Amino acid sequence: MKLTTSVGILGYGAYVPLYRVKGSEISRIWSGEDEPVREKSVPGLDEDSLTMACEAAREALEMANVKREEVGALLVGSESPPYAVKPSATVIAEALGLTPRVVAIDMEFACKAGTTAAILVAGLIAGGAIKHGLAVGTDNAQARPGDELDYTAGAGAAALLLSREVESAVALIEYAYSYVTDTPDFWRREGERFPRHTFRFTGAPAYFHHIVGAAKGLMEEAGFKPSDFDYVVFHQPNVRFPLRAAQMLGFKEEQVKLGLVCGEIGNTYAAASLIGLVRVLDHARPGQRILVVSFGSGAGSDAICLVTTENVGRKKSSLERLLSKKVYVDYAQYAKQKGLLKVA
Amino acid sequence: MAGRVYVIGAGATKIGEHWDKSLRELAVEALLAAVKDAGISKKEIEALYVGNMMSGQLQGQEHLGALVATWAGIPGVAACKVEAACASGGVAFHQAYLAVASGLYDCVAVVGVEKMTDALPSDVTAALATAEDQEYVVFTGASFVGLNALLYRLYLEKYGVKQENVASFAVHCHKMAVANPYAQFRRAVSLEEVMSSPLIADPIRLLECAPVGDGAAALILCSEDFLKRNPHDEIVEVIGSSVATNVLSVHERKDPLDAAAFRRAVEAAMRMSRVEVNDIDVLEVHDAFTILGVLSLEVTGFAPRGEGSRLVVEGELEPGGKIPTNTLGGLKARGHPVGATGVYQILDVVLQLRGKAGPSQVSEAEIGMAQNFGGVAGTIAVNVLKRVR
Amino acid sequence: MVWTESVPRVWRERVRKYRLIGGRCPSCGNVTYPHRLVCPFCGYEGLEPIELPRRGKVVIFTVIRHPPRGFEGREPYVIAIVELENGARILAQLTDVRPDEVRVGMEVEGVFRKFREQSSSGIIEYGIKFRPVI
Repeated sequence: MKLTTSVGILGYGAYVPLYRVKGSEISRIWSGEDEPVREKSVPGLDEDSLTMACEAAREALEMANVKREEVGALLVGSESPPYAVKPSATVIAEALGLTPRVVAIDMEFACKAGTTAAILVAGLIAGGAIKHGLAVGTDNAQARPGDELDYTAGAGAAALLLSREVESAVALIEYAYSYVTDTPDFWRREGERFPRHTFRFTGAPAYFHHIVGAAKGLMEEAGFKPSDFDYVVFHQPNVRFPLRAAQMLGFKEEQVKLGLVCGEIGNTYAAASLIGLVRVLDHARPGQRILVVSFGSGAGSDAICLVTTENVGRKKSSLERLLSKKVYVDYAQYAKQKGLLKVA
Repeated sequence: MAGRVYVIGAGATKIGEHWDKSLRELAVEALLAAVKDAGISKKEIEALYVGNMMSGQLQGQEHLGALVATWAGIPGVAACKVEAACASGGVAFHQAYLAVASGLYDCVAVVGVEKMTDALPSDVTAALATAEDQEYVVFTGASFVGLNALLYRLYLEKYGVKQENVASFAVHCHKMAVANPYAQFRRAVSLEEVMSSPLIADPIRLLECAPVGDGAAALILCSEDFLKRNPHDEIVEVIGSSVATNVLSVHERKDPLDAAAFRRAVEAAMRMSRVEVNDIDVLEVHDAFTILGVLSLEVTGFAPRGEGSRLVVEGELEPGGKIPTNTLGGLKARGHPVGATGVYQILDVVLQLRGKAGPSQVSEAEIGMAQNFGGVAGTIAVNVLKRVR
Repeated sequence: MVWTESVPRVWRERVRKYRLIGGRCPSCGNVTYPHRLVCPFCGYEGLEPIELPRRGKVVIFTVIRHPPRGFEGREPYVIAIVELENGARILAQLTDVRPDEVRVGMEVEGVFRKFREQSSSGIIEYGIKFRPVI
């Protein structure tokens, strides 16, 4: 999919909570043998996917420095909204002063809801419906205690403010490619507290099939080879999968490394690939090409290709500071903050 | 020209956990005791002011004027509830004073009553916090104790006073309450006990806070005419009565420690009474927290700013000291059934002026002042009484 | 308690709380939070709404160990008088900080957080808390 009108990223933001729990601490309680991430982020008692999204979106909005009345859309991707019915988007829109004239909605497609939000916002812009729009991916990922996913389910948010005013953009979106099939690798039924997953089935038929499908699809359509990209950011449920995806597609480890943050914060689900992208944008130089390939269970992948402009690097997000400022909690405190110990 | 107003009757219940008595029963008990003490028929009462803060929240009961009048057997009188947070009692007294001073009523009753033990602690805390701005202050999770703690901290920082010195106000109050038959706590406490009691909101410790309890106190006020028709031996005259408000929230006041509104209320009462600070023989201060007790001594003029605790530590608040204060236990030990407190304070002054304060009697007590706060001195009611020979 | 379960109240207050809308007095220049019609200092009627700066300093603070309803389970937490960059003072809850880490004069910044839930099936009340500057 090539956009007929230029769409650029005018501002971006990320949010990671202060707290971390180490993989070794989870192993201590649940006797796990494998630690798929070194440590993961844990929200505070007063945080949820909405508050995190609000922080990331505010950062993106401030970086873009545009008139609020001209932000015509706010799309929030998450699988852990605080309300099953009542969108986070309206609260965030109110908090950012975007109301009342704004296209606002919450969306769910597991870990790719954030990138899909970005594609849709880009479409609204390209179609001339809006001037600027915000796309947010946010999650306070829930996992059954002791389950494999308990080791990696993290919390975080990222936001992109997209615009047709590309002169001040830090990066332009060149192509997007969305690849989906009905693949039930991970799901949560209505009323159930924790999701279920299918262990090894989440690998080849799910994660890898769709990542490769979207990445190859985009590269073929756009006429790119892996070596045309300076950076590639994959969805990162753990450290191993993105490295293997890179290998499968012919990318080198140096291209993946910068955008790989899950070792420090775990899998932030709908925010994951976007946080990786924010990391890259904070360090990229002008004229570099970036490929982002998300993956959402259910299943699908969005591949988005961007190229940085000479504006990149002038402003940075707070991500590095948020990654480095951390406070470790033990499993009991983690369980309390994650809502696993309900307080009356 | 306002008419003269006298207090001719006083009555109160013991303060404590009255599981077996309802709010209205407590109020009636105090009122009938005051009527008996006044030696009049209750039918002489023409108006009734009920000081109370939380009946609506804790008992689901409003309309206390009509309720207490009915249950006291005097339906028909002019009556209403008066609410000004913890100053409800002092302000209700002020209303009673105005009723007589205006010349419209000759005999009026004021009852302060509060029943706090029916509710869970967290509900009592939430109800007490309604003295503060619900939307923008309590919304942040601030408790009433917490807001007073901010004031306490500002004080300690500004004057470099040791917390122990301020906390010893509680030790003084307990010592005074030992001989008071209606006090909630009649046991002396040591400074070590106070300083090792649990922290509620830093730096305030549990034993620096007035307790939760139930109680009612009542006073009968009358005009000069009424007094002529019903002579009494022990007469106490209300020579000053003032009420003032401050900016509600501590953080919005230009200088929270300044207590300008408090000072103005005290000065107004003293002007009205034509007394100087040194004329005051006995003082009741609003020690809901020890810091408020100490601050009151300073703002009233008994000590320079930052040195109020010296009076406490040096024993000057005792009956033989420079300024006998809270001689029947104060809020800390006598008790603090919130809406009733203001009336209890005045009752304590009346007892002193009548020479009926027992072991805590201040010799030749002639003029007494009671200072009642609502919230963190958001409302201040100051009443000054004088013994009449 | 009735008022803690009121939906219209939360709705009515949301913009002032989400965006920290204060009131500037054109007459005496004081800025107070929240915005309201009349200046509490000089009585001027007609304060101008302004979005307050998100950065400030701790003037004084205390530690709440016995929370009011709705905040149980979060104690101990800090509430403080914060003086914002434009001089306005607000009463705020601090977050992402241990009570023993807080100092008078500490620089803090506003963040969007959950305050309380009107029960597990009720609405969630959000607003601005302050954390040490990252």
